[in-house]
Amino acid sequence: MTAAFSNKVDIELTVNGEPVEARVPAGQHLVDFLRLDLGLNGAHASCEHGVCGACTLRVDGEAVRGCLMLAAQADGAEVWTVEGLTDQGTSADLQQAFVARNALQCGFCTPGMIVAAEDLLARGDVPTRAAIREHLSGNYCRCTGYEAIIDAVESVARARAGKDAA
Amino acid sequence: MKASAGGYARARDVPHALDLLAASDGAGRILAGGQSLIAAMNMRLSEGDMLIDISRIAGLQGVTEEADTLRIGALTRHAAVGADPLISAHAPLLAEAVGYIAHAAIRNRGTIGGALAHADPAAEFPACAVALGATIHVEGKGGAREIPAEAFFEDVFTTALAEDEILTAISVPKAEPGEVQLLEEVARRSGDYALTGLCLVRRAEGHRVTVFSAGPTPLLARDAMAALDGGDLDGAVAALVEALDPPSDTQASASYRRHLAGVLLRRALARIEEQKA
Repeated sequence: MTAAFSNKVDIELTVNGEPVEARVPAGQHLVDFLRLDLGLNGAHASCEHGVCGACTLRVDGEAVRGCLMLAAQADGAEVWTVEGLTDQGTSADLQQAFVARNALQCGFCTPGMIVAAEDLLARGDVPTRAAIREHLSGNYCRCTGYEAIIDAVESVARARAGKDAA
Repeated sequence: MKASAGGYARARDVPHALDLLAASDGAGRILAGGQSLIAAMNMRLSEGDMLIDISRIAGLQGVTEEADTLRIGALTRHAAVGADPLISAHAPLLAEAVGYIAHAAIRNRGTIGGALAHADPAAEFPACAVALGATIHVEGKGGAREIPAEAFFEDVFTTALAEDEILTAISVPKAEPGEVQLLEEVARRSGDYALTGLCLVRRAEGHRVTVFSAGPTPLLARDAMAALDGGDLDGAVAALVEALDPPSDTQASASYRRHLAGVLLRRALARIEEQKA
């Protein structure tokens, strides 16, 4: 191997607002780094080819697949996981709506659902149910049949817009 | 499963990326958005790659307006293509295609150059590029060259890009006044790869029709285009079905894909009529 390529890559990033420095294997994806090295188990590593959405994270303000981004690519990035969103309290209403509407059963998909739904809710308007369904189409849930999840996201969108209670 | 990369290097600019590619002894693999490559690595379909991460190269991002064309940098992300006002105004086919590409979180990372270089037969952007008569810009140690989209896609996951070259941009002709650009596809679920898809461009010099996910590369359906130019829709559908030799797989049979192509052409033309009404 030539000197230009490295097996291990040094990265500096912020995770949930905290600065992190690490040396990561070249092929390690971001969600494994967060789970195995930082102990942040909220984002789940599941299908690991971008289909299920359980690993959805917020990176530099956008929802991304944690399994389809290398930790090495996160150098300089601002990463938020469901743990950080929970600590901030900014998703408390959405999390409460998931509980109130029975929008989770086993809960495996829920962290990814929350991050993906916040990506849509951040646009500020009240999306149609079809738009919510489309936006969450990349997040699989094998328990709920999705209706309750759509209900929860819709109620929070309306509440945040001041249109009615969640 | 877990990926096995041979190594990683972050390219500062295109010459640096070309140096890394040359130094990789054929194991070099360009990493842009990574939405296909990292999935393939995780599944161990690709092992030991020397990853050359070009995703930070600023000069390869964004859309610029030229005289008669739009130049779209290879690293322009799908979400950015979908939201770009220049693209909506001058190449609406690309904006429409974005809505069919995977899911929001993937569109936030995936890049147009990556989609073109990957040349997945089921992907939308290659078929759009051929339908629009786009030009693919590449750079290598020997300099830059331009490849017509029609000559770029050679086979499944195989393009005219040489091993020591990097795709840097795509340029598309600006739509003329009154030009129509439409994309239709059928997939089992939102965001899935198309079972079959179709691009239709109607401009003053005639129609252009491409079909994707029905063969190894996007098919430019010349006989169907000639029939449409003559106003013969039924003839165009017949010619389109005749031109296709799609594979049968677990997703769809060959005959179903042929049938779908005809349905999609009729749908696209019906949309043109609706837009007139």
